[in-house]
Amino acid sequence: MRAAPLTAGGLLLCALLAASRAPADELRDLYFGEALYFAHQGDFFAALERLDTEVKQHSGVDEPELDSLHYHIDDAEFALGDFELRYRMHHRAGRAIRAVLEGAVDELVRNDAAYRLARIHFQKSQMADALRALERIEGRVPAAIRDDIEFLRANIYLAVGRPGDAIGIFAELEDSSEFGGFAAYNLGIAFLEDGQRDAALEQLDRAGQPAGGGDDAELAIRDKSNLVLGTIHLEEGDYDRAIPFLNRVRLDGPFSNQALLSLGWANLSAENAERAVVPWKMLAGREVTDPATQEALLALPYAYGKLDVHGRAAVHYGQALDAFGAEVEKLNASIESIREGRFLEALVREEIRKDKNWVIRLRSLPETPETYYLMQLLASHDFQTGLQNYLDLADLRRKLKAWEAGFDAFDEMVGIRAAHYDPLLPDVDEEFRELDSRLRLRTEQHRMLVKRRDHMLTTPRPDFLATREEQAMLRRIEALEAALGAADGGDPGVAFSLQRLERLKGVLAFRLETEYHERLATFDRNLGDLGEAMAHVREQYDAYVRSRQAATHSYVGYEPLIARLRGQVGQSVERIDRAMARQGHLLELVAVEVLIARRGRLENFRDKARFALADSYDRASQAQAKAGSK
Amino acid sequence: MWMKRTTVLALLLAASALPLGAQEISGDELRSLDGQVQEIKSDVLSIASELNNLEERLLYPSNTQLSLFVAVDEGEDFRLDSLKIEIDDELATHHIYSFQELEALRKGGVQRIYTGNVVTGDHRLRVTVLGKHDNGKDFEASDSFTFTKDVKPKALGVTLAGPGLGASGIRIGDW
Repeated sequence: MRAAPLTAGGLLLCALLAASRAPADELRDLYFGEALYFAHQGDFFAALERLDTEVKQHSGVDEPELDSLHYHIDDAEFALGDFELRYRMHHRAGRAIRAVLEGAVDELVRNDAAYRLARIHFQKSQMADALRALERIEGRVPAAIRDDIEFLRANIYLAVGRPGDAIGIFAELEDSSEFGGFAAYNLGIAFLEDGQRDAALEQLDRAGQPAGGGDDAELAIRDKSNLVLGTIHLEEGDYDRAIPFLNRVRLDGPFSNQALLSLGWANLSAENAERAVVPWKMLAGREVTDPATQEALLALPYAYGKLDVHGRAAVHYGQALDAFGAEVEKLNASIESIREGRFLEALVREEIRKDKNWVIRLRSLPETPETYYLMQLLASHDFQTGLQNYLDLADLRRKLKAWEAGFDAFDEMVGIRAAHYDPLLPDVDEEFRELDSRLRLRTEQHRMLVKRRDHMLTTPRPDFLATREEQAMLRRIEALEAALGAADGGDPGVAFSLQRLERLKGVLAFRLETEYHERLATFDRNLGDLGEAMAHVREQYDAYVRSRQAATHSYVGYEPLIARLRGQVGQSVERIDRAMARQGHLLELVAVEVLIARRGRLENFRDKARFALADSYDRASQAQAKAGSK
Repeated sequence: MWMKRTTVLALLLAASALPLGAQEISGDELRSLDGQVQEIKSDVLSIASELNNLEERLLYPSNTQLSLFVAVDEGEDFRLDSLKIEIDDELATHHIYSFQELEALRKGGVQRIYTGNVVTGDHRLRVTVLGKHDNGKDFEASDSFTFTKDVKPKALGVTLAGPGLGASGIRIGDW
């Protein structure tokens, strides 16, 4: 008997994501929100792709506290591990969760991470590591996972053969709203493994007590307790005690078939063939691929035989023979179909997997006989893992093939842009260079004027504000002065002219000095206008530079990247093909083996039915003859 | 509840184990393949990330890039049927929500509903929501906003709440 195994993080993920739910205005990083959007829909590939990129970018920024993910980084790193776990990437999930454990995070977060790590180890049957991870939990623990931690701890104890240590924990969890039923059942198993038979029976009896209400899972675990209890009594030959427990198992639960079969055997063994007929008759009418049903098909006429109703026994043996024959045929077809590769083809059909109950649907597809026994194949954890991996690979392959087709579009896009820009850009660049040099000149002139204005604010220089005419006039006066200065100094005409020039200079100087402030204000205003115009030109210049850069960036430098990605995608497809071939081959091998075993069992049943049929006919004929002679 | 159900299923399945031979054949090799599959997943994720980056650079240069995201206010019970977004009176996108998508939004997920290109400057955004109140009554809400696109990539968030009295229940904000 095994302890109830734990499933991959389902409940925890919900707890985590529920905890992450914040009002939209509190969510600071929309890419984290986007990852959650995909995760909530079960698309963990997309969720991981978004979040992984975001977390990597965050760790690469110089000032992470300015990045919007900074506000959610603990949750994001935690979610990363969670998504990886959900996407069955246990190696990376383990690393991500360990990183959270090592980081300076809140106690609650660290303890949650330790619990998750323990679960990963538990799922991988690394019990010592799982216990070590649980030992790291100390201090405050998130209320939502308090019971989960203890339930996991107790299950690990059971798995490592320490049922005595598990007993106390399960006992405390019996009141847990979440794990009550499971803990009650597992407590019974723990007692059983600890050699405390009486306590185990008492506990399983308690766990199997019919109580009003409960969800499907709780009802099922109750059924399981009763089935185990009934089976223990049956195997010990205590048939009368087995019957009430087997009777407690619901007729529409997941353990119903096995319970009906055992109930029939318990009644028959208690020499009550009539009562055995009832459950077996019911069971014989159920899904014929179920092993219990198949056994009931043979057991029912056997019970009729015990009741000396040989005619009816013969009829039912005949029916069983037909059913076994049909099932053997179906199994043969299934085996054949699997060997021809159709099993895997059926599994990867996308439209089927969109249905929540795709495993059940597969069984009813007439064109895929190989999937009738899928439920039995899924009994094996390795098969489930292998199947899930195969399906994941098929999904990845579909994605890669779609991307592969996209590369051609990228190439074309880059080619079209190159064809458009390549002839245009040289002329544009030439024109730009000319404009650029003019702009630089004007910018320099503007800078000089600004500098001069600033200088004049502290050191007035009226001559700087002379108009063009005034400057020309001044130059003319200076030239005349120079010319006259070189002439005869004793000439009164020259002296008079020099005086006149001096007066003219005085008039000019007077004007410049008296109008200086007004002129400076005008100059400053004009400079301001010029500054605005320069800023506008600068904006246009920058916009042009950006557009020019964008033009180049839109088609230059992509070829190597596209070529590399194309190569990587191609290689990945090849790797996936190889892995799928190996994985598929193994799945087929396992499937065929299981089906051959099932066929062997059915052939054995068929042989038994054939002999029993003949025997029943003989007995029926003898009885008829005896009745006739009487 | 799902976890418990699966636990029971696992228990049920454990009862009918595979024949020993099949387990022996497959176990080790399936586990080694599992490791390989995890490596492949890791590689493909990194390709996906690079490819997204390439696509973004090629199709949505940062100076024209506009992304619109949709979130639903916490605790809102209204059923969002569809969302239409127009930019400068041109239809940008129209999305009809599945149950799963709506649940994802209600749980705090943020949907990137549109990525496109607009020139720098002022633009008009019109959001139209069709849905049902929790009392089953249909509603249609619509609101217009303006936003300014500069040279950096622009991300706008559209937050939806059930339309109250006189208010559309639609808010936008920079993100």
